[in-house]
Amino acid sequence: MFSERKLELLGFVVAALIVAALPLVTRSNYLLSIGVFIGLYSMVAIGLGLLMGYAGQVSLGHAAFYGLGAYGSAILTLHYGWNAWLAIVVAAFATALVAYLIGMPTLKLHGHYLAMATLGFGIIVRILFNEGGNLTGGPSGLPAIADLNIGSFVFDNDLRIYCLVWPLVLLQVVLSRNLLRSRLGRALRAIHDSEIAARSCAINTGRHKLMVFVLSAIYASVAGSLYAHWVNFVNPHPFGFVFSIELVVMVVVGGGATLWGPVIGAAALTVIDQLLVQLGHVFAPAKDMDVVLFGVIVVLVLLFLPQGLARGLRRKGVARDGA
Amino acid sequence: MQTSELLQYLVTGVTVGSVYALVALGFTIIYNATGIINFAQGEFVVLGGLVFYSLYVVANVPLVLALVVAVLIVAAIGLLMERLAIRPLIRSPVIVLIIITVATSVLLRGAAKLVWGPESLAVPTFSGDKSIFIGGAALQLQYLWVLGLTALAVFGVRLFFDHTLVGKAMQACAINPDAARLAGISVSRMVQGSFALSAALSGLAGVVISPITFASYDGGTILALKGFCGAIIGGLGNGLGAVVGGLFIGVLEKLGIGLAPEGYAGLQDAFAFIVLLLVLFLRPGGLFGTERAEGV
Repeated sequence: MFSERKLELLGFVVAALIVAALPLVTRSNYLLSIGVFIGLYSMVAIGLGLLMGYAGQVSLGHAAFYGLGAYGSAILTLHYGWNAWLAIVVAAFATALVAYLIGMPTLKLHGHYLAMATLGFGIIVRILFNEGGNLTGGPSGLPAIADLNIGSFVFDNDLRIYCLVWPLVLLQVVLSRNLLRSRLGRALRAIHDSEIAARSCAINTGRHKLMVFVLSAIYASVAGSLYAHWVNFVNPHPFGFVFSIELVVMVVVGGGATLWGPVIGAAALTVIDQLLVQLGHVFAPAKDMDVVLFGVIVVLVLLFLPQGLARGLRRKGVARDGA
Repeated sequence: MQTSELLQYLVTGVTVGSVYALVALGFTIIYNATGIINFAQGEFVVLGGLVFYSLYVVANVPLVLALVVAVLIVAAIGLLMERLAIRPLIRSPVIVLIIITVATSVLLRGAAKLVWGPESLAVPTFSGDKSIFIGGAALQLQYLWVLGLTALAVFGVRLFFDHTLVGKAMQACAINPDAARLAGISVSRMVQGSFALSAALSGLAGVVISPITFASYDGGTILALKGFCGAIIGGLGNGLGAVVGGLFIGVLEKLGIGLAPEGYAGLQDAFAFIVLLLVLFLRPGGLFGTERAEGV
């Protein structure tokens, strides 16, 4: 019916329209801020999706990279008075270097090692944020981070941040698509199907996995920086193990090996999270149930829809077309 | 640093190291049977402590009975996990297996929070708060319980693998599942057994350490991380190596705190991680392992 290419274009146009529609139908700050959160989480999840869906590796510490971006921006602008945009770029570079140092020894090894190393890394980074004294502000964090601006245009409300974040998400999707069509993408898919076969075609599997890991850390760092400039405040709390796991859940639920899977997963999880918070006002135990629920969701998705929602639903659609 | 102080750090280190050793041994047993690293291993420790709290403190069950029942309950949870989450996915790629164990750990942790609440629960020591002194180092009686039961468990596991038919069958599955199946061994039953045994060991660790660290729903992740470090240092898959590795992490951590300047105690959890990265970087096969840790 549609060629692959047209289908992709159609998906992109539909997504862009949905994104553009939200600010037109509502000016509620609550809904817009949920939209911004979905955008920021999507930025992280898209990178993690590349890592999980194509490089076949999982990181249990991506919240730490998000946190490094946020704290990097906060520290460079507050303590050293840097330009905010420059701080975002420098924080991203620093985060990339850290990811490189962790990935280099672990990605050459079997699948478990990166997972365990990133798990440990996430815990340590959280400790460092907490114990960082004046540099990180300790448990209470750093307040009064400046808004981003272009000339006299200041990104000082949810709508403006929304309009900054979502074009970046769409850009990321386009980049991912082109990346997967490139030499690196083909190599990654070969690695995903059979690492031995890929290696025998002279593909340096360790190096390719490392590149994807570092890229995913950069995405997370930029999203973290934007977060810091949006809420004007950072503390260690949002950057812990639970958020790392939530990110993995987003990718699993949406499907890592698809263009839109991570975005769909980010949206689904954020909405479920908010519903539970709302439900918690009426029925107090509900707000403690998020963690259990995420565990159950992942187990069910892995058992019954192992490709994730995006791919799983599309499979069903294709089957219907054929019938 | 004085010798008595050094001795004190050693004693404390070996005691917490015993817990890491049991966790590391638990990792090893499941890894050998299935090739899976079970990220829910730390939750077994936590559940051991919490169930023991309910039995021993809340329900006033006698010590030994409470200990045995708590360990059995955790073993049953291990069995259940294998049955519901692992078995349907056992032929999936590594990444799926990692995620399913992570999801199980999240689920167990969330369930523990719902059942026992977010606070740390105090468990009384098994035989009073007295200490005995050796060379200027205070040795709480509870430490003796930890050391004694750990030694007993490690010795028991050793006997089980070397001298019983079931233990040997499990080892056969670890060495070559296909050959074991040809010899009439039910591999899936052995996998189930490995989860039960591994969960029981970690549950035991949780029970004996609960009077020292308190029982809390969220301590599992860091315990799993340190146990895993122990298993890696010992060479993944090497049971004795895992025990030694776990003890090594415990001692290193306590000495590290002792030597670190005042006010940096919060960084103690960083030691295990730094050691993990160093070992992975320099000797991925572990300090005692000869095999390369790489597999395809």
